[in-house]
Amino acid sequence: MLRDKYTEQIDATFAKYPTKRSAVMPLLYLAQQEYGWVNQQGIDEVAALCELDPTQVKSIAGFYTMYSEKPKGKYWIHVCTDLACALCGADEFYDSLRDYLHADADGNSEDGVFTIDPVMCLGACDKAPMMQCNFHFHENLDIEKAKALVEGWRAEEQQ
Amino acid sequence: MNIIYREIDIPDIRELDVYVRNGGYTALKKALGMSRADVINEVKASNLRGRGGAGFPTGVKWSFIPQDNPINYVVVNADESETGTFKDRQIMENNPHQLIEGALICAYAIKAAAVYIYIRGEYWDVGAALEKAIDDARAQNYVGDGILGSEFSCPVYVHLGAGAYICGEESALLESLEGKLGQPRVRPPFPANKGGGLYGEPTVINNVETLANVPFIIDKGAAAYKAMGTEGSTGTKIFCLSGHVEKPGNYELEFGKHTLRDLIFTYGGGMKGGRQIKGILPSGGSGPVIRVNGNDDPILDTPLTYEDLQKLGSILGSASVIIMDETVDMTWVASKVTKFFHHESCGKCTPCREGTYWLDKTIDRIMAGTAKPNDVDLIHNVANNMKGVTLCALGEFAANPILFTIKHFPEDFQAHVNGAQKPVATVAPQRGARTTTAAAAPAGD
Repeated sequence: MLRDKYTEQIDATFAKYPTKRSAVMPLLYLAQQEYGWVNQQGIDEVAALCELDPTQVKSIAGFYTMYSEKPKGKYWIHVCTDLACALCGADEFYDSLRDYLHADADGNSEDGVFTIDPVMCLGACDKAPMMQCNFHFHENLDIEKAKALVEGWRAEEQQ
Repeated sequence: MNIIYREIDIPDIRELDVYVRNGGYTALKKALGMSRADVINEVKASNLRGRGGAGFPTGVKWSFIPQDNPINYVVVNADESETGTFKDRQIMENNPHQLIEGALICAYAIKAAAVYIYIRGEYWDVGAALEKAIDDARAQNYVGDGILGSEFSCPVYVHLGAGAYICGEESALLESLEGKLGQPRVRPPFPANKGGGLYGEPTVINNVETLANVPFIIDKGAAAYKAMGTEGSTGTKIFCLSGHVEKPGNYELEFGKHTLRDLIFTYGGGMKGGRQIKGILPSGGSGPVIRVNGNDDPILDTPLTYEDLQKLGSILGSASVIIMDETVDMTWVASKVTKFFHHESCGKCTPCREGTYWLDKTIDRIMAGTAKPNDVDLIHNVANNMKGVTLCALGEFAANPILFTIKHFPEDFQAHVNGAQKPVATVAPQRGARTTTAAAAPAGD
């Protein structure tokens, strides 16, 4: 249970706002981090914590793209393919990385360790091509640098 | 001239002790000794305009807050999501205390109970660093209870968004902060009014760069600030330069002292590979595109101010300047930006939700060379039905990329409509079948 495991963090989150409802987004991040994605259990727990209906919480999870409503790989890669990055070859970069990971239609790699998604502008337009992995920035990339990062994470996973 | 990006002159200014050693938080101290009205009047007198895109006078915005209301809020809009915009991130990463100080001066002036910094979720690490900066400031009594020995208390909180462009729109941002879907509100009441702001209380919402200007104004005075720039555009502005230039990046420039040419060829190191310039999006995806006929075009001698960009039929907006060279198919650019708006439409207003869908489908068809004879009419029809009938500007802006491409680059557009797939050399072809279903789209009329 999130409530028992992260009591201090949850209390600190609630203390920031005059309403419990305002904590729904930070708590959804917590649920996603705990369960790997926003599953029904996470929805139910966040709803109980924020005193909301699970349907309301689910609508929030569905509206915002940084919550995954499907199981995903441990390493969630977001490649910016928006205009400014695309002018610097981001579409080709994304395609190459997708191919390298043998990603299926949902962006999941064959071994299930990685999920890759194209995303809109990430605010790193002067450092294209770029990507985020689990929301951390990796910038000024080319496909060889990206492959090296992927292999580093793969090695980390196999340890 | 760097009054915002002070890390260029003082590399470690992100650290509290370095910031304080270099005059940090003296403006807050000074403001706490002034009357609230005097603080607002000083900001008003500076003619500082909002740096988030709309350019609204900041002091005027502050003066809308009723002084007799017991609880008011300051919300910092750090949801920087416009295509091509990355200026606020650099402020928060490298000079966070100047933002905190500016926000607290605003909070004092409007008697705010708290400051919330709404930062886009993708800036995960930036948010964590900002929280540390706030903790440091609290430990030294710059944030929190009885700030600097005064009677003024104000906590500062960071709230992470979760990947929705629309939350940069101020009323959608407030909804999101309240734990709801990020969708714009009906106005009035406006955020500054009772009933219209955060939790229904009067609220000032300012962009990161806007607030980072405030300490200078209070410390050095409105006259010193106004000495920089032009009458209509005072101070400095950060220009986010991206696309086909040798040195993309953020450049803080005094308003009116530099031209588009200076930005691209002096600061930006010139066009990539020495190629010719073809188009500029001066305000990310939202502003009208500017046609440039090569590197000698006199249009490049336009000074960088709000008013001069307006004279060109475009806007300065948040100054996210995306440069396209001669190899770019401008219809492809329009399709990219249209896709952005289609993806980011929040779905609340029917004209925007449906309109962005149809614009996206139609331009896909045009890109694929399968346009129907009446598709250009269809685009105009859809665009006209989106104008002035949505709660926020997204619906208004979403048709701009296609409409202004048709207007300024008719040859690129016409070549596609006539069935040719590649009217000019295209460095960045459409990504293809994975994201488009052009052939399957039914006619829209």
